Amino acid sequence: MIQLDGVTKSFGAQRVLDGLSLDVPDGRNTVVIGYSGSGKSVTLKCIVGLIEPDGGRVLVDGGVVGEMSREELAELRGRIGYVFQFAALFDSMTVAENIALGLARRGHDRSTIARRIEESLAVVELPGTEGRYPAELSGGMRKRVGIARAIALKPRYILYDEPTSGLDPVTSAVMDQLMVRTRDLGVTGLVVTHDMRSAFRVGDRIAMLHEGRIRQVGTRAEIQASDDPVVRQFIEGRPGQMAAAAPRRAPG
Amino acid sequence: MTHDSRLTTYSPPRDGFITHIGRRSLETFRAVADVPTWSPLLVGQMRRLGVDSVPIALFIAVFTGIVLSLLSSYIFTGAVPLYFVGALVGKTVMMELGPVLTGMALAGRVGASIAAELGTMKVTEQVDALETLAYDRNAYLVVPRVLAATLMFPVVTAFAMAVGVTSGWITAVNLLDLSTPEFFKGLRMFYQFKDIWFGLVKSASFGAAVALMGCLQGLDSKSGAQGVGQSTTRAVVLGCEAILVLDAFWALVLL
Repeated sequence: MIQLDGVTKSFGAQRVLDGLSLDVPDGRNTVVIGYSGSGKSVTLKCIVGLIEPDGGRVLVDGGVVGEMSREELAELRGRIGYVFQFAALFDSMTVAENIALGLARRGHDRSTIARRIEESLAVVELPGTEGRYPAELSGGMRKRVGIARAIALKPRYILYDEPTSGLDPVTSAVMDQLMVRTRDLGVTGLVVTHDMRSAFRVGDRIAMLHEGRIRQVGTRAEIQASDDPVVRQFIEGRPGQMAAAAPRRAPG
Repeated sequence: MTHDSRLTTYSPPRDGFITHIGRRSLETFRAVADVPTWSPLLVGQMRRLGVDSVPIALFIAVFTGIVLSLLSSYIFTGAVPLYFVGALVGKTVMMELGPVLTGMALAGRVGASIAAELGTMKVTEQVDALETLAYDRNAYLVVPRVLAATLMFPVVTAFAMAVGVTSGWITAVNLLDLSTPEFFKGLRMFYQFKDIWFGLVKSASFGAAVALMGCLQGLDSKSGAQGVGQSTTRAVVLGCEAILVLDAFWALVLL
């Protein structure tokens, strides 16, 4: 289980996370929604130790991320797959090499690596792309390779950073199917997005991040029925009163 | 638990410049222990940073030898026996201009290339991706480049020395009133084995400094093309400055 307990993070004078607390239960997809720049990506990066919070605690399976040794952090990252907003594929490597990199780090032999590459590309419906470079793929294909790279490691958790941003509706639906399918394989998902259609398709639980903390968390139905004006404005995509709901820009 | 001992990537330069460089150099030094990560990448980097830099180094060396030969002839004519042209060309190419001009050229080529590559990886989150796959970015990205440059700069410089002296000799024989035996008499007269290793030791330190500056500037890149461009420029400038400082340091220590 992933737990965020009173996490704070500032960049200069800008307070991005302001006491964020959230539990991510095992075996389900939790979706964090919020305005662009509200700190959603920062939250994910705190979980894998890419960003160190100023205060509060991030716990994964009971271990406090900020107190982990170098070896413990590496081991933690072996349990967590990370799908980046723009895929972050290594552009000097082929698709197969991108997927193999993490597997090689974990000491798998060549035949296991080859099998895992084939399996993970089959899951994301991109068989036969092993030898292609990221520059030869469309945005949607790159994101799917990003998912393949994550699931090839057979992680316990996958963190998805804006998985459908910039994609056409059909490709977005494919991405959503993949996230649901991955959950059905027993992987816990934490998805950050501002795409409400995707959030409702993928999320078993939905949490709204606003002004650095969780404004509301609940099931899909509870969020859809929310009477919180900030939540309603966001899920309905209504303009107006943006000053009250103004996001604080955060890096990442 | 100190921040430095972890795999964490987000470490903006909050310290002063020297402290920051020192801290990051220490992180790189620690990462040398992660041999399985960097060793498979070393040969590729040696080829890229070293072998591929030979043409530009030789081009510079050819013209350095020509100019030195002509310049020394101009200075010595009527005052000093002309066979001293060989001495001046040899000493200057081996001890100073070979290593320093090669280092400067490679600071542009290698330092800029490293900074641009790692800067692009940083702003496109490839460095973060590497960390999430449980790699230490210093062991994967910095150590193989710094080691490759440290090992290959002396090799490239050695070629440059040989070509510089050869072009000085050909110039002296063909354009000056000097014979081959006279040129080599001057060359041998003041030659010491130290001349060569002094130049090669310097060039190894130049390689380490240029690659380290390229890596650190690249990994500290700010978002966007402009950020990568600024890092690349800084890497080249700092690499050249480091070469001049190290050049003076070695002169003080070894001469």
